[in-house]
Amino acid sequence: MFVSAQGSIRDVVFVDGVRTPFGKAKGVYAETRADDLVVRVIRELMRRNPALPPERVDEVAIAATTQIGDQGLTIGRVAGILAGLPESVPGYAIDRMCAGAVTAVTTTASAIAVGAYDIAIAGGVEHMGRHPMGEGVDPNPRFVSERLVDPSALVMGMTAENVHDRFPGITRARADAYAAASQAKAAKAYADGRIQPDLVPVTARHVDSGWELVTADEPPRPGTTVEGLAGLRTPFRPHGRVTAGNAAGINDGATGCVLAAADVADELGLTRKMSLVGFGFAGVAPEVMGVGPIPSTEKALARTGLSIDDIGLFELNEAFAVQVIAFLEHFGLADDDPRVNPYGGAIAYGHPLASSGVRLMTQLARQFEEHPEVRYGMTAMCVGFGMGATTIWENPHFGRTGEGA
Amino acid sequence: MSSATMTLEHPDEVVTQAHVRYAQLPGVSGPVALITLDNGQDHTRPSTFGPGGLRSLLTAVEEIEAHDPPVAAVAVTGKPFIFCAGADLSYRSSLTDPAEVRPKLTALGELGHTALRRVGEGRLGDRRVPTFALVNGAAMGGGLELALHCDYRAISAGAAPIALPEVFLGLVPAWGGTQLLPSLVGPENAVTIMIDNALSQNRTLRGPKAFALGLGDVLLDAADFLEEALHWVGQVLRGEVDPAKGRRPVERGAAWAAALERGRVLADARLHGAAPAAYRALELMALAETADADTGYAAETAALADLGSSEELVAGLYSFDLVNRRAKRPVGGPDRSLARAVTKVGVVGAGLMASQLGLLFAQRLEVPVVLTDLDQARLDAGVAHVHSEIDNLLLRGRISHDRANRLKASVTGSLTKDAFADADLIIEAVFEDMSVKKAVLAELESVVKPETLLLTNTSALSVTEMAADLTHPERVAGLHFFNPVAVLPLVEVVRTPRTDDAAIATTLQVAKQLKKNAVLVADAPAFVVNRLLTRFMGEVLAATETGTPIEQADGALDPLGLPMSPLVLLSLVGPPVALHVARTLHQAMPDRFRTPDGLARVVAAGKSSFYTAGPGGEQIVDPEVADLVRSMDDGTAPTAREGAAMTPEQVREAALSALAQEIRLLLDEGVVAEAADVDLCMILGAGWPFHLGGITPYLDRTGISERVTGRRFNPPGVATVA
Repeated sequence: MFVSAQGSIRDVVFVDGVRTPFGKAKGVYAETRADDLVVRVIRELMRRNPALPPERVDEVAIAATTQIGDQGLTIGRVAGILAGLPESVPGYAIDRMCAGAVTAVTTTASAIAVGAYDIAIAGGVEHMGRHPMGEGVDPNPRFVSERLVDPSALVMGMTAENVHDRFPGITRARADAYAAASQAKAAKAYADGRIQPDLVPVTARHVDSGWELVTADEPPRPGTTVEGLAGLRTPFRPHGRVTAGNAAGINDGATGCVLAAADVADELGLTRKMSLVGFGFAGVAPEVMGVGPIPSTEKALARTGLSIDDIGLFELNEAFAVQVIAFLEHFGLADDDPRVNPYGGAIAYGHPLASSGVRLMTQLARQFEEHPEVRYGMTAMCVGFGMGATTIWENPHFGRTGEGA
Repeated sequence: MSSATMTLEHPDEVVTQAHVRYAQLPGVSGPVALITLDNGQDHTRPSTFGPGGLRSLLTAVEEIEAHDPPVAAVAVTGKPFIFCAGADLSYRSSLTDPAEVRPKLTALGELGHTALRRVGEGRLGDRRVPTFALVNGAAMGGGLELALHCDYRAISAGAAPIALPEVFLGLVPAWGGTQLLPSLVGPENAVTIMIDNALSQNRTLRGPKAFALGLGDVLLDAADFLEEALHWVGQVLRGEVDPAKGRRPVERGAAWAAALERGRVLADARLHGAAPAAYRALELMALAETADADTGYAAETAALADLGSSEELVAGLYSFDLVNRRAKRPVGGPDRSLARAVTKVGVVGAGLMASQLGLLFAQRLEVPVVLTDLDQARLDAGVAHVHSEIDNLLLRGRISHDRANRLKASVTGSLTKDAFADADLIIEAVFEDMSVKKAVLAELESVVKPETLLLTNTSALSVTEMAADLTHPERVAGLHFFNPVAVLPLVEVVRTPRTDDAAIATTLQVAKQLKKNAVLVADAPAFVVNRLLTRFMGEVLAATETGTPIEQADGALDPLGLPMSPLVLLSLVGPPVALHVARTLHQAMPDRFRTPDGLARVVAAGKSSFYTAGPGGEQIVDPEVADLVRSMDDGTAPTAREGAAMTPEQVREAALSALAQEIRLLLDEGVVAEAADVDLCMILGAGWPFHLGGITPYLDRTGISERVTGRRFNPPGVATVA
């Protein structure tokens, strides 16, 4: 089909990934446009990778859940133009809610693999302050009349309570303990300087107080204790288990990465931080969307011929502590398994929906550097309306001796 | 220093706040204080410095000075698209008591120097920290001066406009600009920015050009300017980049003198010494070569007090307001919703004026434009002229190939007027003859829809009479352009007693789409600009006819600083056109508009100008023309009349008195609503200077209006100091 693939598929590498610091909705980015966040990410990717000629980029795929206003107008295309990419570089918008950026990566990677592209920029953005979840939605009345989904399916916090119901052994105490650990790991990762290298500073305007240089995530709450978490109210159900403390917040942010065919990366001298092994998406009942990553991971493992034991590092999106713990239980991993989210997760950093997938990949790439003894790593996340998304990556540093680990 | 203790009040000031935040840059010990200038409004209301804004800057530095940990540097930037647009001009306008102007402007000058130096000089307690201006957008006047006070400057490639427009308004850059600019960009570029650009219709710079002239140490893309500018600040503070290394050495001595001389020549050519600001700016720049900062800044403040209390400045601010406000919304226009859509335009005639109109309508209205002429060769030439102008735009890179194709395809020619059947607007630009024009309109009416707007570009004929025999005279109006059409921004929209509101609303809307400033005038002979210019020139011509040497008569108005002398203007307009207007006015008002006999002889002899090139290429009076104007039809020798030669003062007095009388009559006749409209017409249609306020403020302040007409045109203090 495509000459460049020569009748087979090509290896796809993760060249580099960056993101804006994440903000709290109505927080630091309250007066900053979503498209400007994406522009900043794209320009930083180009600046950090001077060996990549801009005209060689074949696609800009940017995910957003709410494709309205500054997240509308085919954001991949407009952001490319605003970022100063040549007009010959096309772009598009993509949506799979929380797994938007993951889908941007897997879709463009697939196109690279079959030889349609050599290089793509993939990422996502969500400005939940400007575009609250559910803005402008118009659910089909058949969902109700035919009872296609449980009414709780559209309220993510309620779906998390439903997961608690399904797995009574996952108590609020376990969820809170997990959440406190996530905050502690994130604080340590910051202190160790593991997060900052992949953040692109953003100047955020405040009409009443001037421009602010944002260099760090706004959501983390270092020093969070289980005792403190235990006192939080459960907004989704009286005497429930899900709180603002054991869930990701409502956030603003953008992410992006450069993907390339392995041979093209070599030709241009681009870095190779990870190699794509495979991926999987799967659907579950929307009212327990949190368990989505379990079947998507089973699928990805089955199709790549790997087992869970082959995976040495996990970057799991922490939409809710309960859904991560459900995943860990399913695969026989401990709540505090050191291979899981070594830098902490979305409970600390935040979860600007469609952008989060590439944050997981960027952090996994950093961990690969630190762990040449690990060959395979995984990202996984749950997705609204009952889905899961899993990607599996190989560590190019695997087997490297000398420094590291 | 009594003024330093004076607290300046300006209750109407939209205060630009100097917000402070602190940014930690990697590898820099101590935070960088980032000042944001923001008046809380969007970019359509740029941030400016009034007394409150300047005090806010001082407060900001006080806060920075007290900050713990101590800051490593101070940087200043603006709100989106705007760095700072300079001094709040409304402050000067708020000073209505002439006695308070000088002390308050002195205090404002000192406050400005104090505030801008406080930011730029980076003295915090006993420390000195580097200071940076991050010019993210428009930087005008005092805004640019603030940037000049800083040690280093980053400029956004998207920043515009960047300028020192003070001299254009009648001031000097008085918050450090005259002293700092030449030492940064060199005397030659300083003259370009401060004098040449200001006197060239206030030409401004965009980021890349400003950088090329040396105003910036680094030019950064607009897309993420502020982030990358702060990154650059970090590089400078870490010693990785030395911004001053890229600066060109500034030559003093001969280069300084040469630049000042160029500035003087420029100012003389445009002003003939008529307005003081440019000369004062050059004096200050001369001082800057050797003076220390305190001396230079004190001289700037003295200049601000002098110029700020001058008639020229008050007239300049009045003019600025006319051009920026009144010109945008014509006074007396009907409800804009009455305007009809214009989807096709017809132009009757294919001469030079018709071709210019065809091109303008095609470019701005982006609708089909059909030219007609009775003669195929003339028609072909007319269309070809438009097409070649479009090709020129393409060659100069002003338009794309696609746009050139579109424009060329939209301009066609037709020998018959059938092509106008579906036109919504037709403008005639045929020979200036009433019977010809009436015939054209009658023929048009037989072809077009009843509501098709019929416009005439006549410069002097009665639009009412032209439409008198039509079935639908209510759709006839005048739309009078000025030559060259592409350059002069004014159109006179002529309303007859029978023109209806829809026709006027449509004409005003079209004028706006054409990017012209419209002034609504009544149908009186030659409307405003040509009537006044003809009356004025009539006095100059009369002087030449009675024996005053042409150079002497023509130079008599030099002290006004008009863009060109009356007879050079007449030559540019074209003696035949001027003669036609003069004759029409003479017929209408023979008691004031003399018979243009001398001009008639010049035209009859086929002369296109009063001037010709001398042996050395210099401009000299054409001796043949000199003879023509003075020789009488009865053959009397010119020398016999030389006893009646007038002094320049007499010529000027006669011309200005005539002008005052004519303006009074024109206002009494209701040709325009107010004196301000007369001034707007003269500024935009004749290029008359801001320092005259158009003309009526000048006639008021010199006492001519009261002497000639018994009253002023404007109340004291509005367009004059008192």
